[in-house]
Amino acid sequence: MLAKRVIPCLDVEGGRVVKGTKFLDLRDAGDPVEVAARYDAEGADELVFLDITASHEARDILLDIVRHTAEQIFMPLTVGGGIRTIEDIRRLLQAGCDKVSINSAAVRDPDFVRRASDRFGSQCIVVAIDPKRVIENGREVWRVHINGGRVPTDKEAVSWARQVEALGAGELLLTSMDADGTQDGYDIPMTRAVAETVTIPVIASGGCGSPEHMVRVLTEGKADAALAASIFHYRKFSVAEAKEVMARAGVPVRMSPKSEVQGPKS
Amino acid sequence: MIVIVDYGMGNLRSVQKAFERIGRKAEVTDKPEKVAAAERLVVPGVGAFADAMAALRARHLVEPIREFCARGRPMLGICLGLQVLLDDSEELPLGAPAGAPLVKGLGLIPGRVVKFGPHVTASGLKVPHMGWNVVEFVKPSPLFEGMPRQGVYFYFAHSYYAKPLDEAVTVGRTEYGGPFASAVAVGNIYATQFHPEKSQAVGLAVLENFVTRT
Repeated sequence: MLAKRVIPCLDVEGGRVVKGTKFLDLRDAGDPVEVAARYDAEGADELVFLDITASHEARDILLDIVRHTAEQIFMPLTVGGGIRTIEDIRRLLQAGCDKVSINSAAVRDPDFVRRASDRFGSQCIVVAIDPKRVIENGREVWRVHINGGRVPTDKEAVSWARQVEALGAGELLLTSMDADGTQDGYDIPMTRAVAETVTIPVIASGGCGSPEHMVRVLTEGKADAALAASIFHYRKFSVAEAKEVMARAGVPVRMSPKSEVQGPKS
Repeated sequence: MIVIVDYGMGNLRSVQKAFERIGRKAEVTDKPEKVAAAERLVVPGVGAFADAMAALRARHLVEPIREFCARGRPMLGICLGLQVLLDDSEELPLGAPAGAPLVKGLGLIPGRVVKFGPHVTASGLKVPHMGWNVVEFVKPSPLFEGMPRQGVYFYFAHSYYAKPLDEAVTVGRTEYGGPFASAVAVGNIYATQFHPEKSQAVGLAVLENFVTRT
């Protein structure tokens, strides 16, 4: 049975993990490669690097990080943030990442999703959707925002999800802007509405404060994967602890392989 | 020397790094003579079937791969690198009309590559089949020696899968809306639909087995 995935997200700014200041026992608290290695050891199923800087210099730093991470860690890596061109994607994939997450560029030019998926295959094109609940004409709308949530678009979450699926997205990364940062739990109704609309996998994001939140979004919310940043960054829970809770709740998860197979010596 | 076939389809470096991690040097090349003369050959691949076959032909790699196999040396196909070993694929080139002829593969393993269709999505499963799923070791294979159980999670990312004509070639089986062949072996040819290079310790163990036990 396909396991539900637990995906730690690392917010990277200028080459450093910005939420990682409490990693006191790491040699370099904000070094993305070290943080990634810890999540790897804890049994994370995938990793997401979200580049929250946009400058060109920062992009080159990010490519270096991806390169170094991919030398040490043998699990799927997704990179998002500021991806605008086919060349951006090509360079990231060449550096060793497996999937890219496209957000604003998809809204500005939906055909970019199609071109990217034609060129690299849909399995490596993730479209990130950041909806916010707003009232328009007396009716609640799940309005898709871009530019880190600052700019509303004319897209609505569910129909936009359907549209990017048709364009060739292989996966969706759905972040509720209302829930993001609250640690009060994922937006279950929104996640479920999107997950029931598309036939591609949906990664739920925004609001995770506990493993129980993950359980809910993977069962009631029908998500295929749960992404979280703070609870792992601040060591509220390890990935392994979260998975234990999930397994007890009956969610199919993959426990850390480290305990089973002795990895080859490097 | 382990040779990784470079035909411009995807994550060659990841595969090379995984071999480096287990202390093996692997050369990435698109030179036909190096492919034909390799000790061990790895055919990785991410992307579309028709593109892959076109790239193999454009780089004159089809014959060298056949030649390599005929020598009886061990070969490992990964993901799309498994699919191209079959006779043909339902995955049509972009823009091809429905009902267009199927795309021919290398024909080293009799069978067809088919899509996870409505039988999968109707049961609420998503396509691509993306993430960690259990590979059940249905027949002994050198690739899976030393595995802790009869079934272990590996990482998958694909929308099409191989349907070998002869079920006996299936050494690993995975459930996704029904069973499919997630690892096959025909003589010296080994291939996995999952990505050993992305499957952490168990994946590296498969690569190590390929190097030391085949």
